[in-house]
Amino acid sequence: MATPYLVETKDLKKAYVTDAGAFEVLHGVNFTFREGEFTAIMGPSGSGKSTFMNILGCLDTPTSGVYSLLGQDVLTLSPNELARTRNLFLGFVFQGYNLLPKADLLENVGLPLLYARVGSAERKRRSLALLEKVGLGPWARHRPSQVSGGQQQRAAIARALASEPKLLLADEPTGNLDSQTSDDVMSLLISLNNEGASLILVTHEPDVAACAKRIVRFRDGLLVEDSPVLHRRAL
Amino acid sequence: MFPAMFLEALRAMGSNRLRTFLTMLGMVIGVGAVVLMLAVGEGARVTIKKQVDALGTNIFIVLAGFQNTAGVRSGSGSRQNLTQADGDAIEGLDDILAVSPVSFASLQLVYSGRNWNVMVNGVNERYLSVRSWDVADGREMDSIDSQSAARVIWLGQSSAKELFGSDDPLGKTLRVGTTPFVVAGILAPKGQSLDGRDQDDIALVPFSSFNRFLQGSHFQGVVRMLMIKAREGADMNHVQEDIRSLLRERHHILDSLQDDDFFLNNLSAVMDSAEAAARAMTLLLGAIASISLAVGGIGIMNIMLVSVTERTREIGVRLAIGARKKDILTQFILEAILVSLTGGLLGLLLGASGAFVVSSVWKMSIQITPFSLLLSFTVSLATGLFFGFYPAWKASGQNPIEALRYQ
Repeated sequence: MATPYLVETKDLKKAYVTDAGAFEVLHGVNFTFREGEFTAIMGPSGSGKSTFMNILGCLDTPTSGVYSLLGQDVLTLSPNELARTRNLFLGFVFQGYNLLPKADLLENVGLPLLYARVGSAERKRRSLALLEKVGLGPWARHRPSQVSGGQQQRAAIARALASEPKLLLADEPTGNLDSQTSDDVMSLLISLNNEGASLILVTHEPDVAACAKRIVRFRDGLLVEDSPVLHRRAL
Repeated sequence: MFPAMFLEALRAMGSNRLRTFLTMLGMVIGVGAVVLMLAVGEGARVTIKKQVDALGTNIFIVLAGFQNTAGVRSGSGSRQNLTQADGDAIEGLDDILAVSPVSFASLQLVYSGRNWNVMVNGVNERYLSVRSWDVADGREMDSIDSQSAARVIWLGQSSAKELFGSDDPLGKTLRVGTTPFVVAGILAPKGQSLDGRDQDDIALVPFSSFNRFLQGSHFQGVVRMLMIKAREGADMNHVQEDIRSLLRERHHILDSLQDDDFFLNNLSAVMDSAEAAARAMTLLLGAIASISLAVGGIGIMNIMLVSVTERTREIGVRLAIGARKKDILTQFILEAILVSLTGGLLGLLLGASGAFVVSSVWKMSIQITPFSLLLSFTVSLATGLFFGFYPAWKASGQNPIEALRYQ
């Protein structure tokens, strides 16, 4: 217990109010996560794992409970502070890549830096270095539609890394990819973790989850299992 | 930050060219209409001002008073109490450049078989300078003409044409009624007066000759009217008061409650009302044109709202990677302003070229003022801001997670 938790949730609840009445999707989740960890979140559809992930990513707010990120109580942050947290401390990777179609890869990767008010030259330099790191240097001036799905996801990972975040969150990052490109993306994530990046990913696929160091399972809005991966899949 | 956002806004404009063009078209037509209407309205105002200026705003007219015979008031000029000596006295006042007596009568002019009824004015040699009028052909009236009551006549362009056709009238003798007069000069063209009279259908003779040969008063030196020219830039109200008090003194009106026995007018009042009318017209035209500008603005708002809905996911992504509400707001407002400003500038070109077409096809006078250019620029900027704000605000207020889920 030497290092403090990077992420800590206590009795985290989330309810949606619909016409049919209030409807709780998280019934009180306790979860801790240290720097340098690599955790996969699994669970069937509707188990609340995506909602949990969105709360971790400061995209959604819990109804009650505690969420502290880097020792900071997220629930007390203003909308602007939340935006700053997403910008500087968190990196997102989505299932559908979510790159801006009209911008080239270099501009896409530089977008978080734009919102961090990094100057144009510095932004370009750092974006290009990141694209080279994920093996996309030659495609810097291509638009997302001009490269493959695996390349788009790698560009999205480069974008998530742009502001050197403390925590990388990936929601089904391989969901749209075939197994070969899926493995490429996972090996990139593994090497990032080996370099010290903290990673949480949501997945359906056991193969993907087996790349992580720890698996957390959700069922019916509760965290029901939390175990280390004994036989890590090497890529 | 800003240059990158500007480039993004440009790209957003370029990504759907037809839509951008159609959106812009509303602004182009709106601003074009405003520029055109202001140009036409301002042109009309300048034309009117020119006409009034041609009469002279520094001109005062003194009319003789009216007669009251057993309660029957017989109209201005009917009383024979205004004299040449009054005119000479006024000429001695400060800020007065020239004074001319004017008496007039509508008389038949005859020249070798042709005849024409003309308003014949008896004036002195300073009349033309008072009216800012020139002699186009021949000589000017001089003091000898006045002193000797010479039978010489000056004709306006129209009168000369009616009587002489293509012949050269100079030096020819015509008859005014029964008295022969020699044509000494032809006046420069003056055009129409404000009430539509042809100012070129006129004849001038020396005042003394008018009195002696044509329709003189029974009293020596009595005039119908005095025309006075004051120095340009002088305080006209002050000059008017000087003339009034001088005339009252000369006419022995000592009681300050007693009315003037003359009428003193200044044309600046005429000009003020004419200009006010023209300004009202410009305002009306501008207001009508502004309606199309508002319609153009609503077009921008409409398309921006569609665009915000279409780009909900993009907004979600931007929010997820750290864009603040303000960043999204700025981006969409920038796009709206860019569309409206570009449209505004194109509209300016359209309106200006439209104005030139109007002026060359319909021979209307137009006037494009820096004010109308500045106005249309400001208005298109403001339209972009105003009609872009709501969609932008709507975009920036989205919940990131809902925006990301939007299909």
